[in-house]
Amino acid sequence: MAAITLEKVVKKYGALGVVHGIDLTIAHEEFVVLVGPSGCGKSTTLRMIAGLEDITGGLVKIGGQVVNDLPPRKRNISMVFQNYALYPHMNVRDNLGFGLKIAGQSPAEISKRVGEAAEILGLTPLLDRTPAELSGGQRQRVAMGRAIVRNPDAFLFDEPLSNLDAKLRGQMRAEIKKLHQKVRTTVVYVTHDQVEAMTLADRIVVMKDGHIEQVGTPMQVFNHPATTFVATFIGSPPMNLLPATISGGAVRLADGTAVPVPDRLTGHVRDGMAVLLGIRPDDISPVGHGLSQDGPGAEVALTVDLAEPLGMESLIYTRLAGQEVQAKLYGPRIVAPGEVLTFRLALDRAHLFDAATGKTVRAL
Amino acid sequence: MSAVVESRASKRAKSVALWIATFALMLVMCLPGLWVMLSGFRPNREILAKPPVWLPEALTLDNFGKIFGWGAEQIAIPVPAYFTNSLIIALTSTLIALAIGMAGGYAFARFRFRFKGGLFLGLMLFRAVPGVALSLPVFMLWSKLGLIDTKAGLIIVYVSLNVPFTIWLIDGFFRQIPLSLSEAAQVDGCTRWQAFWKIEFPLARSGIASAGVFAFLTSWNEFALASQLTRSTDSKTLPVGLLDFTAQFTIDWAGMCAMAVIIIVPALILTFVVQKHLIAGLTFGGVKG
Repeated sequence: MAAITLEKVVKKYGALGVVHGIDLTIAHEEFVVLVGPSGCGKSTTLRMIAGLEDITGGLVKIGGQVVNDLPPRKRNISMVFQNYALYPHMNVRDNLGFGLKIAGQSPAEISKRVGEAAEILGLTPLLDRTPAELSGGQRQRVAMGRAIVRNPDAFLFDEPLSNLDAKLRGQMRAEIKKLHQKVRTTVVYVTHDQVEAMTLADRIVVMKDGHIEQVGTPMQVFNHPATTFVATFIGSPPMNLLPATISGGAVRLADGTAVPVPDRLTGHVRDGMAVLLGIRPDDISPVGHGLSQDGPGAEVALTVDLAEPLGMESLIYTRLAGQEVQAKLYGPRIVAPGEVLTFRLALDRAHLFDAATGKTVRAL
Repeated sequence: MSAVVESRASKRAKSVALWIATFALMLVMCLPGLWVMLSGFRPNREILAKPPVWLPEALTLDNFGKIFGWGAEQIAIPVPAYFTNSLIIALTSTLIALAIGMAGGYAFARFRFRFKGGLFLGLMLFRAVPGVALSLPVFMLWSKLGLIDTKAGLIIVYVSLNVPFTIWLIDGFFRQIPLSLSEAAQVDGCTRWQAFWKIEFPLARSGIASAGVFAFLTSWNEFALASQLTRSTDSKTLPVGLLDFTAQFTIDWAGMCAMAVIIIVPALILTFVVQKHLIAGLTFGGVKG
C-alpha cells in the first residue's frame, strides 16, 4: 500500500527557488501525471520523491512514512528515466535482474521474476541482447521491465516517451496504460506533453513556476480550467482568450462586440470587471459546422484569414475584436481566405477569467 | 571514357604515393627501434663493423647472457636488480596514480565544490611544467627527507607527475557516462559506492586502462629525474642503468642494446595487451553510446 503525500515541499538551489511549497496527495494505485512547461519544477518534484534530490523544506511521505532523509534504495520505488538509463554493459536479462541481485534474491527467484516481467512486456526473445542492440521502443520496454520486476510501491516516470518518434510514442503510451491496468501500482508520471497527460492520468497536476496551478481529472482540467495558464496549456490548439469588460450583464469585447454572460456565470461577475473571455477553437464554428450548436450562443460575422484543412476538420484563423482567434470547422468544405462566415460562439462552454489574477471567475 | 581511365590512373598513382610516403614515415619512426632490437641480438664487432652489416649472419643471445650472468662472460651490471626496481616503482606509482586519478576524476566529473575550476586548471598547469625543471628542488627536498636513492622517493615523484594526467583523462570518461545510470542503480537498490563499482567503474574501464598504460609508460621510461634521484641498486631503474654501459673510453653497445630490448619489450607487450581498451579509450569522445 503506498500513497504518496507531499506537504509544503520546497526545493531551492542556493537562493534559487525551484519548487515553492507544494501540497499533493497521490492515492494508492492512482496514476498521477505532473505536467507543465520546461522549468516548472515537475521533474525536480519527481526526483525529490525518488530521493535523487535533497528536499529543502516540507515532507515527502511514501506509504505514510516520512522519507525525506531516506536514500533512493530504501524508498522501494522504481523509476523510468528519460534516456532509459539502461546499463550498457549488461544484457537485457541482467538489466532486468540487477535490482533483485542487489537485493540478494536467489538466482532461481531472479530468473523467475525476470521471466515474468519479460513476458508481460514481450521482451522474452530479447533477453540476451545488450541495450545497444535494441530499438528505441524496445529500450523503453526494458526500462519499464526493470521498474516492474522489483514489485515496488510506486513507479516514477520522468518524461519516458520524449525520446521516441510520434508513432512509437502513441504505441508506448497505450502500453504504459495497459501496464498500469495489469500491475496496479501507484504511478507518478512527468511529462510536458498534454496529450500524454490527458490520455494516461487518473488525475493531472498542472504545474507552473514551481507552483501547482490545478489538480483534477483530465476532464475536470479540460472542462474547468482554474487559470488562464491551464486553459491555454491543456487542449490543442489552445483556448482563445479575449480581453473584455463586464457591462450591463454582457461581456463587452475590446471592439464593442457584446455577448451575453453565460448563464452559469451570471452570479459571479459584477459590472466594470475586467475579464478574459476564454473559448476553445472547438466552440467557435461557422453556423452549421460545429460540434453541437444547440445550447446558448452568440453569432458574429468574421473574415477568414487562413484555413488549415486537417481532413475531418479545418482549423480557421480569423480575427475577433482585433485579436487573432482560432476556430474549427467540422465537415469537409473548402474555405477561402477573405470569405466572411457567420461564426457561432458556444457560450455554455465559454469561460471567464479575472483579468487581474488569471483565475477563473466561476467557483468550481 | 579516357577521362575516366585517366582519373582512375591518377587515383592509383595517388594511392601508391600515399603508401610510399607512409612507408617512409614509418621507416623513420621504426628503424631506430628496430636497429636497437636487432643490435641486442648480435655481437659488438658486428654492430661496430665498417661498412655496417645490415643483415646479421646469425642472431645470438650472448648479450642477454652477459648482462643476466648466464654465460661464461659476465659484466658487472646488476640488470635483474634494475629490472625489479623499475617494475616495483612503475607498478606502484601507476596503481597509486590510478587510485588518485579515479577518485579525483570522479569528483571533478560528478560533484560541485568550491574552487573546482581553479583546481582543475592548476592540475593542468602543473602538467605543463617539464619534470626536469623540478629536478633541483626535488633533489634538495629529497636529500633533506632522506628519500634520495629510495624506491619510495621515485614513486612519489612519478605519482605526482602522473596524477594530473590520470585525473584529466578519467574525468573525461566519467563525464561521458550519463548521471542517470548511477541514479538508476541507486533507485535499483545500490548505495552510491555500489553504483560506482557495479555501473560506473565498468563503463569507465577503457579510460582507466588507458590512463594506467600512460602512467606506467611514463614511469617505466623516465630517465631525467631518476638519474638524479637514484644512486645504487636499491633504486636505480632500467633507463638509468643504461648509462652503466658507458665507461670512460668505451661503450658496450651490444649490452646496452640488449638492455634497451629489456626496457622496450614489456612496454610493447603491455600496450599490445590493452590495445583494445586503449583504442576504445582514446576514441571514446567520438562515439556516443
